[in-house]
Amino acid sequence: MEIAVCISVVPDTTSKINFTENNTKLDESGITYIINPFDEFCLTKAIFIKEEIGANITVLNVGEAKNDPILRKALAIGADKAVRINSNSLDGISTAKHIANYIKKNNFDLIFCGKESIDYNGGQVPGFIAAILNIPLANGCVGMNIEGEKIITKNEIDNGIQICESTKPLVIAGQKGLVEEKELKIPSMRGIMMARSKPLDIVNPEEIIINNIELKNFELPLEKTECKMIDSENVGELINLLRNEAKVL
Amino acid sequence: MYILIFAETWNGKLKKSSFEAVSYGRNLADKLNLKVATIIFSNSDENFKLIGKYGSNEIIKYESINLEDIENDKLANIICKTAQNKEAKHIIISNTNRGKSICSKIAYDLKSSLITNAISLPTNHNPLTIKCKAFSSKAFSFYESKLENSVITLLPNSIGCKPTETSYSILEGDLSIANSSTELKILKEEKNTNEISLTDAERVVSAGRGLKSPENWNMIEELANLINGGTACSKPVSDMGWRPHAEHVGQTGIAINPDLYIAIGISGAIQHLAGVSGSKKIVVINTDPDAPFFKSADYGIVGDAFEVVPKMIEEIKKTQDS
Repeated sequence: MEIAVCISVVPDTTSKINFTENNTKLDESGITYIINPFDEFCLTKAIFIKEEIGANITVLNVGEAKNDPILRKALAIGADKAVRINSNSLDGISTAKHIANYIKKNNFDLIFCGKESIDYNGGQVPGFIAAILNIPLANGCVGMNIEGEKIITKNEIDNGIQICESTKPLVIAGQKGLVEEKELKIPSMRGIMMARSKPLDIVNPEEIIINNIELKNFELPLEKTECKMIDSENVGELINLLRNEAKVL
Repeated sequence: MYILIFAETWNGKLKKSSFEAVSYGRNLADKLNLKVATIIFSNSDENFKLIGKYGSNEIIKYESINLEDIENDKLANIICKTAQNKEAKHIIISNTNRGKSICSKIAYDLKSSLITNAISLPTNHNPLTIKCKAFSSKAFSFYESKLENSVITLLPNSIGCKPTETSYSILEGDLSIANSSTELKILKEEKNTNEISLTDAERVVSAGRGLKSPENWNMIEELANLINGGTACSKPVSDMGWRPHAEHVGQTGIAINPDLYIAIGISGAIQHLAGVSGSKKIVVINTDPDAPFFKSADYGIVGDAFEVVPKMIEEIKKTQDS
């Protein structure tokens, strides 16, 4: 089984988000970068498949050299090989084209991606990869099983779960449920040692890929006004405020 | 030329997010001097009237098949073909699970740009510029389309619905145009029992570990029903199996942006906030005056949920009756 796990490098959830250069660039000072949490569920699932039936796991990233420590971490967690496509990730379609180009040249049975990245929240890349390669997409996947040549996925739909059957290859846009949070693999000492000798290939794109949408600038939400505290003996006042001041009841 | 809308239904009824999508399309069409056409899988006059009420000039109905039974790629294909027939300039889809599963394929097949998570009407129409949610609602990003045609997915409960009574014509949709070379076959569907889809809900009542045991959710459900809202929970609560996973809001659960979010017995860890900070008003009820959630709240009560929630129910009933 050849498995690709696409990985985004994103600011840690607890990072304070600020912008510089007239709100056009993320202020990177003080930001810790991590593997996108949705991608982590996918990576652990891939490792479970490897443990169960054997597989080669390649982690794929589109980005610059500053992402390499995160790719090393993915190798320490249990991936066999990392590939960084040396390009700036500009929008969903350009990122997906870079990944699809690599996948076309290297056969994969399963292509995992997190259902979205927690930075830009676009959720576009998995669908674009599937569309470019003309293969199925299991979006919002919360569980999967391999049954011979068939892949059974459990996918979140609005107000429920859909169980689907697919052939290989397919793109799985995963989230929690694929594995549970407590099952997430973390790098062991042995894993970190072994990761040093695993390949981290840097691939330069063969063609120029342009973006379809341009991020012009960012904006921060308005500062929250001070929380209005209401005495627990006066719940009627809360209902009154929700109704007449906030107008949400 | 048209603005094309895909209006989602749930159990045969239009979702509120679909009215928003039609409203959005109407606004865009007025600015660009275009017409609005809406695709719907339904044969209900009531649904058609509602779509007309929010401003659609044409309704393309597919009545022989339930939306729930159509595979995503086939649906994407129907929307693409219709868009080509209608020479659609832009396509508006709700940013629901369904919308997210089809938007990339539609944009790719039509060579359109894709702007997801839109939370406002365009701030500019040429080039099209739209404000979108980013960093789990910790910021917004403004995207500009570099192409003539776009697919836009609209975050539910972001712009609201504006009625624009319009006379409409109804066209039969042609199912034979649908084909799909990729196959993700639907074997089975398990629907949640709750009436209101959490992402669609205008009001959400959510509770955490502070409720001590799953039996105590009765009052949460009662409060939610009373205000016509959905129920949600924190991560520990879903991890312990007190509530279904589908109710878990937060970083690794679902993200919601209701008008009102009432958090009961939830401390407000940053991972939880990532799922709810798009809410317009937040009420926090917690016994701990130092709970971090109060910093992100609009209204707060320091108190015991078992005393405060019944009083809320009583007060709402009292004022609803009068």
